[in-house]
Formats: sequence, structure tokens, C-alpha cells
Amino acid sequence: MSWPGVQNVKPIDMKQFLAFVRKEFYHVFRDKKTLLLLFGLPVAQIVLFGFALTNEIKNSEVVICDYANDEASRRITGQIEASGNFSIRKHLRSHRDIEAAFQEGHTKLAIIFPARFNHDLLHLNKAQVQIIADASDPNTATTLTNFATSIIMDYQNELLEGRPLPFRIHTDLRMIYNPGLKGATNFVPGVIALVLLLVCVLMTSVSVVREKELGTMEILLVSPFSPVLVVLAKAIPYFFLSLLNLTVILLLSVTLLDMPIQGSLLLLYAVSALFILTALSLGLLISNSTDSQQSAMLMSLMGMLLPTLMFSGFMFPIENMPLPLRIISNIVPSKYYYIIVKSIMIKGLGFSAIWKETLVLAGMTAVLLAISIKKFKIRLA
Amino acid sequence: MFHPFNEYKTMKEVVIRTDKLTKRFGDFIATNEISFEVYAGEIFGFLGANGAGKTTAMKMLCGLSAPSSGAATIAGFDIYKQTEQIKRNIGYMSQKFSLYEDLTVLENINFFGGIYGLSNKQLKLKREELVETLGMQQEAKKLVGSLPLGWKQKLAFSVAIVHEPKIVFLDEPTGGVDPVTRRQFWDLIYAASDKGITIFVTTHYMDEAEYCNRISMMVDGVIKALDTPARLKEQFSAASMDEVFFELARGAKRKAD
Amino acid sequence: MRTLVFLLQKEFRQIFRNKGILRLIIALPIIQLIVMPLAADYEVKNVNISVVDHDHSSYSRRLTDKIMASGYFKLNDYSPSFEEAFAEFQKDRSDLILEIPRHFEKDLVSQSSGSLFLAVNAINGTKASVGSAYLSRIIANFNSEIRLERITPARASETPVVDVTSLNWYNPFLNYPFFMVPGILVVLVTMVGSYMCALNIVKEKEVGTIEQINVTPVRKYHFILGKLIPFWVIGLFVFSVGLLGVGRLIYGIVPAGSLWLIYAFLAVYLIALLGIGLLISTYSATQQQAMSLAFFCMMIFILISGLFTPVDSMPAWARVVANCNPVTHFIQVMRMVVLKGSGFSDIKDQFMIVSAMAVFFNAWAIFNYKKTT
Repeated sequence: MSWPGVQNVKPIDMKQFLAFVRKEFYHVFRDKKTLLLLFGLPVAQIVLFGFALTNEIKNSEVVICDYANDEASRRITGQIEASGNFSIRKHLRSHRDIEAAFQEGHTKLAIIFPARFNHDLLHLNKAQVQIIADASDPNTATTLTNFATSIIMDYQNELLEGRPLPFRIHTDLRMIYNPGLKGATNFVPGVIALVLLLVCVLMTSVSVVREKELGTMEILLVSPFSPVLVVLAKAIPYFFLSLLNLTVILLLSVTLLDMPIQGSLLLLYAVSALFILTALSLGLLISNSTDSQQSAMLMSLMGMLLPTLMFSGFMFPIENMPLPLRIISNIVPSKYYYIIVKSIMIKGLGFSAIWKETLVLAGMTAVLLAISIKKFKIRLA
Repeated sequence: MFHPFNEYKTMKEVVIRTDKLTKRFGDFIATNEISFEVYAGEIFGFLGANGAGKTTAMKMLCGLSAPSSGAATIAGFDIYKQTEQIKRNIGYMSQKFSLYEDLTVLENINFFGGIYGLSNKQLKLKREELVETLGMQQEAKKLVGSLPLGWKQKLAFSVAIVHEPKIVFLDEPTGGVDPVTRRQFWDLIYAASDKGITIFVTTHYMDEAEYCNRISMMVDGVIKALDTPARLKEQFSAASMDEVFFELARGAKRKAD
Repeated sequence: MRTLVFLLQKEFRQIFRNKGILRLIIALPIIQLIVMPLAADYEVKNVNISVVDHDHSSYSRRLTDKIMASGYFKLNDYSPSFEEAFAEFQKDRSDLILEIPRHFEKDLVSQSSGSLFLAVNAINGTKASVGSAYLSRIIANFNSEIRLERITPARASETPVVDVTSLNWYNPFLNYPFFMVPGILVVLVTMVGSYMCALNIVKEKEVGTIEQINVTPVRKYHFILGKLIPFWVIGLFVFSVGLLGVGRLIYGIVPAGSLWLIYAFLAVYLIALLGIGLLISTYSATQQQAMSLAFFCMMIFILISGLFTPVDSMPAWARVVANCNPVTHFIQVMRMVVLKGSGFSDIKDQFMIVSAMAVFFNAWAIFNYKKTT
């Protein structure tokens, strides 16, 4: 077998190679704590994302400063409480107490009714309500303000009962791909991408560097084995582990989260295999760049974890980012994989829809491998 | 230089005494009821094949590993209840020489001396003394990691006795170096012994047994022999310690660590 | 005591000599602190919309103009048919399709009621609901406009109107980075502190120097303090660079509350955090194990800390877990003190919990760390 640029290739003895691979499998499976990470993390993430993490705003505490204390203000207050989004923390006597309430930390919104609220509403046909939001969290503030406003508007419409509004526009709203507005559809592909990338990059790089640090790498290199194969033997267990991981995540999503797989399972696995290769190549590159496990780990984690979270598009929308960041996101492999998985899993599309992204991933893999092999050989020379 | 002091045996103080000291790991008995005594100032060799239980025994004596049963006193302190006092009175050099590779020679001396409680003045004296004795004037400010193996060894030994302890434990201290360096190392050991430090050394180099005052031979976790090298050779009609070892270890079941 | 001085001397020397790692643990958090808040923007903007107008009336054009004028939406295409718009929709080029049926204006005028169809890409739930809410509001405004034009003024003033005014305190410009920076800083300091501490101790285990220490009269708590203190100092340093350097210079964040309070909390928080790192190291024999454990804990801590998603929205069981997480509390404290100027009495609950954690984790770690096995 001859690969371009790889000199001194010794013929491969399949039996010996498999012995190597088996040794690597032993390493992986004997380390219980690492296995915890490899399999525990995706499960934990699915549970968290599926049942605990959501961008919806619920259970918000609100304070009411009701100077009117009349039929209208009390009715609105009742509606707010009944809405299910809010719980009323306190009734304040004075609006000067609002600042303290916000600073205390639990209150997110304050509503002030002026004196003679109902009177003004009925006799002057106009009354004011003041909403003050704790905007340290802008999204929460906006959402809560909108909620509260719409509840107050509902009350206004109540008053108009019997006097239907003319010239009404009805909007027929349809949510596509995710009618239940389940968060799962957004993040499961992201979790898959994240876990695969991290496991393959992190584990492989540390595993290879570990041999270097302990000195056993030299022994391997002196063996009648092409160094390329040594490294390949390290990557193979993680390849299969990643596929296994993918299966576990898919199973969990389907059973626990009610998230069906719309498209072709075969295509999904095929593309995932490609992505795993990309990740492994990246891990290889990192392992070639450093001699200490600590550095390998730091580079993989801090250099890869946060960028992957940020730029793959599943936690934060890429289109919101300033231009330079959007450009950076184009070199993050998980971004493309995320698009592919969404297309297959959620939209049920076929290869024709994802061939571009697939090509990009294949290209990245080739480039990363080429650089790694070149670096590897330079070190050995 | 020999110290034929076996005649003084009854007058010398006992610095290490063990009584049926045992260490079990589950069903496996690493050290099986070993009992012996070591006298002040002697060079005591603890021989045996790899896996015989030497390192386990030594770790117990140093307070690194708690015995499963049996009793022992080191420098007069009980092995179970007074481990911290033991540690103050002993030195130790592990198989891996355990110096900080990313600190310099001087920094290592300073650090270990300091944590053994040497005063600043004493530290200064020791730094100069050690550098002088080891001939490391050029290397004093270099990182230990950059030194050749033999120098690391000698430095590790010197650092192990920087606080002039009663006993120093050496675990296979001469692994991996050439015979000349090994001899130089033993010169250091003799010098320490002259100062009254008891040397407890494990090794699987049988020729080093000749350098000791008395040796014990461990096989399969049990002490099979304990005497001076001369008398053992006589006993087994052997020309060298290698042959003595061979005689004793022939039936050994445990071969490797 | 003197022993501790020697231990600290050695630790600091070793840390500062390791230039590579030093660069990483300082540079990486800073770079990420600069980049991440810019990326972590949940504001819904730049929503792409396709408009399918079958009516081509003045009303339909006005509506379209009004939508575009709002600034929230970008017109991706103005397609003649729903199928064509849907093709764009499938390719993720547009997020919403607004279909205006034929006779829209005519129906509205003659029958007093008209209808519109809206298709929303709901894969991203937040985007879908916020985007469709914006659009609905615009449509409702348009509706009111039309109504007011067509109804006589007399009738109009017969209806009672509630005028809702809203104010945004503490962050009037609804600046998202402002909200994210304190939280992200906490996470970065957390990662650096716990990893480095755990790995450092385990490295000594792997190399064997820990055995040498165990054989000396150095006491357990000396050794542990000797390991904690350097990383405590580094944690303080990285935090300061982050808050006073990057935070102030690049994001213009000036803490509204007391800096002393922040640092006091940070000091206790770091102790708790390093205790966790220590604990991890007592359960690991190799650096790889330490890293796996640390990373696993960190991921869960970060996800459930309320950094990205609100703790209040979590189900009860998750909120309990979140409250057992020191990161959650520090993020809350940071957001409260930096953005709102909260005082000690406001954060004393968090202070107590984190202090308890500091004691708990360190005690557990010290108990676990045995010089004699």
C-alpha cells in the first residue's frame, strides 16, 4: 500500500495491527472515569436540554404597586396571577420600593396602577399603566413586558365586549417542522455535534500525547509499524465509540424526547461517520502540536469547546453575530454538521439538499489529515 | 571500606525493628510476616527479585503504606501511630528519583531542605556543601530535567539526606546507569554511612550486595536469608552473591512486578 | 508555616516556568471573553421573510412596506407563489412566509374582515415565537390604522384605551453583551481554576513527586494549601483582567455595586471551586481521568447555571440541582451586583451557600487525601 508522500512504508500485518487496536480498546474500556465522560455526558445533556433547559420565560416574579386598588386594577392583577407566567411576589405600598425589590434579585417586573385607574378608564376613556422591567436580562425583560402588556390589552378588549371591532384581520399561523415548539428539535442535532467533536478531538489528542509524555510512544515507533498505523490504531476505538454514542443519543431523543427521525437513517450515519473522521483528524493535528497532556487538553477544550458551542449555530443564532464572527463560524466543522443533521433528522431531506455541506466536511478532513501527516513526519525526521 | 561491626551487635542501637510485618492486597500477600532488625550506622541491603515484596516492605517502613498486620518501630517510633515522627527522622529516594524536573538543582535542595525544617543559614551551608561534593558548580542553576541520569541520581540521594536523618531508604537507586557511575554513587553512600546515617537499600543488582554490611534476601514475600554477604557465601558454598540468590530464588513463584 | 512558604515558592516557580500553559490560561479566557459576548446574542433580529402577495392592492403593499420599515425583518423574496417561497423556506433562506390572499383589501372593506396566512420555521422555538410575535404586532398595528381611517372619530373615542408605558431599568438599551459578560467571565474563571488545580495535583501523582512529598513531614493541609493558594491567586488575576480590563475597556461595563463585595465573593467562590478541583484530583490517578471528571462536572455546571437559560424556567428538580452548583450563585451575584448595584444583604443567601460549599468540598478533599495508603 503506498500513500503519496509516505516513505518507508512497511507492509501491514493485519494480525499485528488488530493486536494494536485491541490494546487501544482495552485502554479505553478500562478507564471507567473516561467512559463516564464519553457516555454519561451525552445522556446528561439530553436530560438537561430535554427537560430542564429552555429559553421560555416561566415562573417570573412580579411586584404590584397598586395605588388605585379598584375593580379594574384588581381584575388585571388577578389575570396576571392566573396567567401561569407570573407569580406575585409582593404588593408594594410605594413605587420607591421597586428598586429594592429588583436589587433583592427575585423580582423581574413591576406594575404600577395610578390612583383612580378604573375611574379614568370609564369616564375619561383613557388610563395609564406603568410597567417597569429589570432589563439586566434584556430578553426576559422584553418577553415579560410583552406578556404583561397583552394581559392588560385583553382586559381592554373585555371592556369592549358587546362592541365587536370592525375591520378585523385574522392571521392563520402555522408552525412548520416543529409544531409543538419543542426545544429538542433545535438542540439535539447540536448536542450530537458537540459530543462527537469533543470526544473525538479531546480523547484522541490526549491519548496520543499521553504516550508521548510517558515515553511509550518511542517504543511504538521503534516497532515494525508505520507510525501512521500506530496513530490509526488509536483512533479506531474512538471511531466506533462515537458511532455508539450517536446511536445512544438518537435512541434517547426518540424515546425520551419524542423526536422522530424524519429522513434516512443510513444517510445520517454515513454523514456522521464523515464528521467523526473530521473530528479525529483535528484531534490528530492537536496531538502533533504539543508534548504535554495538559496543553493538549487545554487546546482541545478551551480552544474547541467554546467555539463549537458558539459557532455551530445551535446555541446562538449565527446570523446575529457581527461579520468577523460569522466568517470565523465558516471554519468550524460542527456548523456544517449541524445543518446536515437538522436537514436529515428534522426536515427529512435527502442528499441533494446537503451535498454542499458534505463536500466542505470532506475537504476539511482531507486538509487536516494532510497537515497532520506532514507534521508527524517532520517530527520523526 | 568495610565496617565489620557484627561484633558490636549487642552494643549497637536498633533503628528498625519489625515483627511479623505483613501487607495484604485482597487475597494476595505481598509481604508475609517479615521480622528483622537493622542497627544504627549499618548499610543494610534488602535484596530480592522483582515482585518479591521489597518495595512494598520499604513503603511500609517509610510510612507510605499501612501494614495489614504485624508491628514495627522505625527510629523508635511506632509504624501505626507515629508516622509523622518517623517521617521527620528518615530520608527517602524512590525509584523514579522524584526531584522536580522543572526546578533547578539549587531550588530542589532549598525546597526539600526547607520542608524538613532547615533554617536559612543551614540551607545556605547545605547548598554550598552539596554543590561542592557533587561537583555541580556549572549545573547549580540548571533545571534538573536537563541533567544526565547519573547526576540526577546523585543529586536525589544528596537531597534525601539533606536534613541528616537517622535512616535513609533507597529504593533501587542505581537503576539504568553505567558501572562507573554506580561506583561513584556507592562512594556517596559510604560517606553518608561514615556520618552515622543508617542506609536501607533495596536492589536487584546482586553485586551491590557485596557493598553492604548485612543483607536480607526476600523470595515470594518472605525473608529467606539474613546475614553478612561473607557468611551467606560460606553457607551456600557460593562464589558470588549471584549464586546465593540463585540458590534461594530457584523455587520462587513470583517473577515479575 | 515555614513549610508553606517553601511549598508556595516551589509552586509559583513551576507555574511561571511553564510559559506555554501560562499563556494558554491567560490568553484563552481573554480571547473568549472578547469574542463570546458578541456571539452569545439571543436577541431576535434579522429575521428573513418571504412575502407572497396574491392581492397586489394598496393595502397589501402598505402592509409589506410597514413590515419592512419595522427594521426587524429582511425581505428574502417577494415570490409569486407559495411553492417558490417554500423552496426558499426549506433551504433556510427565509424564516417566515407571509401569504396575502387575493381579494384581501376587497374582503376587508366589504366584509369587515380579512385573513392572512403565516408559515413559521419553528426549529428554533425562540426565533419562531419572537419573530411571529413581532409580525403579529405589526399586523395588529396595521389593523388599528385601517380601523381608525375607516371609522368616524366619534366612534373611536368611545372605546376605553389603556395606555401601557414600559420602562427598562439597568440596561435601557437592552444591550445583550452587557448581560452576558459577567456570566461568561464567571464561567471562564471557573474552567481555568478547576482544571488547572485538578490537573496539577494529578500530574505530581503521575510523575511520582507526590510520593516524595508524602514521605516528608509535610502535613496534609500544608500540601493542600500549597496547591490551592497559587491557583487562587491566578483565579483572582484572570478575573481582574477580565472584569477591569476587557469588561471595562471593551464593553464599557462599570460595576454599579461595590467592587469589594464582588471580590469578597470571588475569594470565597474560588475556594469552593478549587476544593472541587482538589476533590477530583483525589479520585484520579491519571491526568486523563482528572480531565474527564473535571470536564463532565464543568459541562453540567455550565449548562445548569443559568448562564444561557433562566433558572426560574427550570422544573423544580432541576432548580434544586442548579442551586447545588456554585457557578449558579456566582453568576447571580455578578449580575446583581454589577448590573443592578445590589448590596450585601441582597446576596447574603448566595454568600452563605457558597461559603458552606467551600468548607464542604475542601473538607471532603482533605479527608480523602491520604499520605499513607
